[in-house]
Amino acid sequence: MNQPSSLGAAYAQAVAAKRRQVWLGLLVLGVCVLFAGRIAEISASKVFDNIGSFTSYFYRIAHLESGQWVLSDPLEWFWGWKKWLALMGETLLMAYVGTVLGATAALVLCFGASKNMTQNTWLVFATRRLLEFARTVPEIVFALIFVAAFSLGPLPGILALAIHTTGALGKLFAEVVENIDMKPVDGVLSSGANWLHKVRFAVLPQVASNFASYALLRFEINVRGASALGFVGAGGIGQTLLEVIRKFYYADVSALLVLLIATVMVIDAATERVRHRLLGQERQG
Amino acid sequence: MSVQQSPGAAPAVAESQLALRKRYAAHFQPFYRGRLGAFFLAILAAMVFVYGVHSLDMSYTRIVGGLGELCAMVLRMLPPHPGSWSLAGIYVYAMVETLAIALLGTLLAAIVAFPLGFFAARNTTLNRVVQFFARRSFDTLRGVDILIWALIWINVVGLGPFAGVLALFMSDLGSFGKLFSEAIEAADDKPVEGVVSTGASSLSALRFGILPQLLPVLLSQVLYAFESNTRSASIIGIVGAGGIGLILAEQIRTLELQQLSFVVLMILATVSVIDLVCSRIRFSIIGVRAL
Repeated sequence: MNQPSSLGAAYAQAVAAKRRQVWLGLLVLGVCVLFAGRIAEISASKVFDNIGSFTSYFYRIAHLESGQWVLSDPLEWFWGWKKWLALMGETLLMAYVGTVLGATAALVLCFGASKNMTQNTWLVFATRRLLEFARTVPEIVFALIFVAAFSLGPLPGILALAIHTTGALGKLFAEVVENIDMKPVDGVLSSGANWLHKVRFAVLPQVASNFASYALLRFEINVRGASALGFVGAGGIGQTLLEVIRKFYYADVSALLVLLIATVMVIDAATERVRHRLLGQERQG
Repeated sequence: MSVQQSPGAAPAVAESQLALRKRYAAHFQPFYRGRLGAFFLAILAAMVFVYGVHSLDMSYTRIVGGLGELCAMVLRMLPPHPGSWSLAGIYVYAMVETLAIALLGTLLAAIVAFPLGFFAARNTTLNRVVQFFARRSFDTLRGVDILIWALIWINVVGLGPFAGVLALFMSDLGSFGKLFSEAIEAADDKPVEGVVSTGASSLSALRFGILPQLLPVLLSQVLYAFESNTRSASIIGIVGAGGIGLILAEQIRTLELQQLSFVVLMILATVSVIDLVCSRIRFSIIGVRAL
């Protein structure tokens, strides 16, 4: 009878130790939250005071200036649809051009960042740090700096998107390249191929569908990002959005948000279908 | 590629080549066959790109002129310098405020998303309609950029870090809802069946069947999100929602470039420290066999 009871005691001890750890973790978290609440000037009373303004704001953006519900007069609600659709188109085009530029740069750089394609470890290290820098600095910061250098307009926005895309896609592309089957590479090299042949005939056929899928995913993310770049003067629908939000044109805020969300959802659904087809091909081949 | 016959080939070779052609018909057809769609798609994509470059005013002279200006700016950014000690103190305080916003926003979103995730998961939802609407609401929240949420919340609660916390909360609620519900769907049913076989209620099945599988995954996702939220929290100040972004935007507008590069480096260093700490905690929670 000694064995089970000592086993039971050991079990109880282990459970107690685990419990203590969890409580300690929760305590540390609680202290952090209290401290953070102090710093960010948030208290429970402030939250309760603002509940009224939450509901009234959402009531107002759902109603036209005449006081009617927005859906009762959709034409009045979307009064500026020609202008807004043009701006949305510009936003999409910015995202597209930025993604293409960034994906091209990532395609060039990813081979330098993958260990199986580049023997020079310093080159690998340098390329990886470069890509890391490009994706860690938020694109809106790049956009702010580029607006100062290139002046207002879509150009600084596109460049900011392109740089961020290069960093994000370069990393993903390099990971794909590092996971390829090296046998085709050996085969092509044994026939006396140069570096370009190696990439074209041994590497690209293995990675192309994955690359395309990642680039499409990035395009979708960039559409979302491009919609905010106008806040710092870098083109797209963001400028107009900033205006209507700041000037309290309530119905316009909801109209633009609906337009934006609908566009993002359509792009989302379309790219997902294409990506599934691409990845399906991958599995067959 | 079309196959070429070597000039001196014997008839037997030609015949075997015919047999080969017959057997591997797919490999001997002209290269454009079956690729016409992809070809047209590539041309279309290139045309859209060229149209975009033209209509978005990306002229050669503008790019070259801007690049010259950019180089001059980068040179003026070096070396990074905070300006003065008191300014450095202000930056550090703003960075701490940024971290506070990130922590509160992430935590709030995780707490609210946790119960909602069950409604959006196929195996634990009430019915298909609830699941559909839960999923679509999460998509909607995610479809709006965090800066837009920040602007809207500034209208509601005024300038300051509270708007930032709410903005982070909104966009994280969308991504957590999706991630949590996917994690719930991926959970193994067998523990649930085991718990149910003892006569337990469905709530106990959730608590003892699904939750133990789920918690480590969710915690690691929350920790991962905290790291990326530190980055987001450092930019929402650009529109006035608290944190270090306000300082960032001011420095660029007044062209105090040495201080700008100091602040950017400080943000990058903080983010990488947070990254390190989070991955440490993540490993200690879920062990080495991380996701």
